[in-house]
Amino acid sequence: MTAPASPLSPTRATTTPMVVARGVHKSFGKTPVLRGLDLDVDAGEVVCLLGSSGSGKTTFLRCINHLEKINAGRITVAGEIVGYREAGNHLVELSEKEVARQRAGMAMVFQQFNLFPHRTVLQNLIEAPVLVKHEPKAEATERAVSMLSRVGLAGKEKAYPGQLSGGQQQRVAIARALTMRPKLMLFDEPTSALDPELVGEVLDVMRGLAESGMTMIVVTHEMAFARDVADRVVVMDGGTIVEQGAPSTVFDNPQHARTRAFLRKMG
Amino acid sequence: MSQDTQQVAQEAAYEPLRIRERFRPWSWVSTALILVVMAVLLQALLTNPNFQWDVVAKYFLSSSILKGLVHTLELTALSMLIGVSLGTLLAVMRGSRNTALSGASSAYIWFFRGTPLLVQLIFWYNLSSLYPSLVLGIPFTGIDFGSVVTNTVISPYTAALLGLGLNQAAYTAEIVRAGILSVPHGQLDAAASFGMTRGLTLRRVVLPQAMRVIIPPVGNETIGMLKTTSVVSVLAMPELLYSAQIIYARTYEIIPMLIVASLWYLLVTTVLTLIQMQIEKKYAVRGPAAEDGTFKQFVRRAWRTHASRTGTSLAKANMTGARP
Repeated sequence: MTAPASPLSPTRATTTPMVVARGVHKSFGKTPVLRGLDLDVDAGEVVCLLGSSGSGKTTFLRCINHLEKINAGRITVAGEIVGYREAGNHLVELSEKEVARQRAGMAMVFQQFNLFPHRTVLQNLIEAPVLVKHEPKAEATERAVSMLSRVGLAGKEKAYPGQLSGGQQQRVAIARALTMRPKLMLFDEPTSALDPELVGEVLDVMRGLAESGMTMIVVTHEMAFARDVADRVVVMDGGTIVEQGAPSTVFDNPQHARTRAFLRKMG
Repeated sequence: MSQDTQQVAQEAAYEPLRIRERFRPWSWVSTALILVVMAVLLQALLTNPNFQWDVVAKYFLSSSILKGLVHTLELTALSMLIGVSLGTLLAVMRGSRNTALSGASSAYIWFFRGTPLLVQLIFWYNLSSLYPSLVLGIPFTGIDFGSVVTNTVISPYTAALLGLGLNQAAYTAEIVRAGILSVPHGQLDAAASFGMTRGLTLRRVVLPQAMRVIIPPVGNETIGMLKTTSVVSVLAMPELLYSAQIIYARTYEIIPMLIVASLWYLLVTTVLTLIQMQIEKKYAVRGPAAEDGTFKQFVRRAWRTHASRTGTSLAKANMTGARP
């Protein structure tokens, strides 16, 4: 289950689990989406979730920060069960405040960016640190400015999201996620809504993040990115994991028929 | 040599030509027609002595009319305040996962939208015939902290406020609910993913964005309320229309007094429209480039397009970036 140490970054050989998912089940109404999913992600590891649409990748990602409630199993992040606490042999849902506290420790980047359109870039970046983490505004602003230059958007503080290109908006969204100092970052198809020529700038920012040692779980269709940046790729189908391993192994020597079918489709 | 002449000829062909607007005869004909109709109407209005414009002028700023106007403005402001705050609460309740809360909200809206305002007003005014005294205490225990005689609390003014405000809340609730629903779900996901609670998300993310959808109809409702307040004349509450009616009941100058009231309604409506435009500007979402979606910008762009079409300032229009 544990990932093989990546040849790209030998420093990531430490095996502190950041995310542990065990027997995760999730259905929407009567439609099962996740059927007993097990996955471990180590601190500092970059994992790409691959699979055709409907395989449950995005739903699993949303279960990790409790945007979707799981029906059975458990997910722990940094040793804490997400969304529930143990009481005897039951799991009881946490209060809204406790769930919010857990979510504040991880960050999510969305396919549709989901920037707040009524606030400037700077206001987008300091909103959560100031209101959720109660940081002083000056401190939050200072960090927001440095995060913006980190994603190559220095000087865009006063722009509104609607005045930026899709690629710029997604980079702002990544900077906004970083201002929360997350220990884990979840990416939900971050480049799928972008024009082809804008994909590269977003992937570059994500590559930089991966190199800085951020723990990342990325749902993506960018095969080249997965091959280059991921420590491990996980192929999902029908709500379970069919295959996982180092990108070179999975891409060049897929073991499962469904992995082969999926890779053929992706070209 | 031949290449050179070709180039010169090409340059001559690309020399910028001014665009002249096409002659549009029908636009002149329709303009002339409208002007004639307006002149006829204006003449009919001003030269007919039966309008008694001198009486209009005499009463326009009279103290009883102005007092009535103040009452109308007060009633409009306070009942909209009740309507918007209670309406927002009802809209949030309606969206609650708690069935008791959402059910109570639905029932409220069903009842207050389903009965005539006039009936509600008269009902509040006559509350004392149902409950001669109002008691504050703990229900079902017999413990009372105090009571008042209903008629000392329910004056025509409070009955008017209750009737107008509670009725307006039912309508505003639906407007606010539509506004809340207009905010994309991804905004809620994003707010939640940063650890914002539902209350914080509502205040900081949802309502400010819903405002863009909420303000135009609420502005409309406010202007409607301004005139609906005239209904409370049935409670003998001297607002603007009733103050005019009191005067013409005495002098029989019915038409000029109705004109006095109407002119004031028109004037206040104009002011309210201007205020609404300012508020809309504040909540407009900033679009691409310099566009901010305000009415003024719309007019400016329309003018630029017009200017470039008529060629009045082609260069300037191009420099300011007129878009097709």
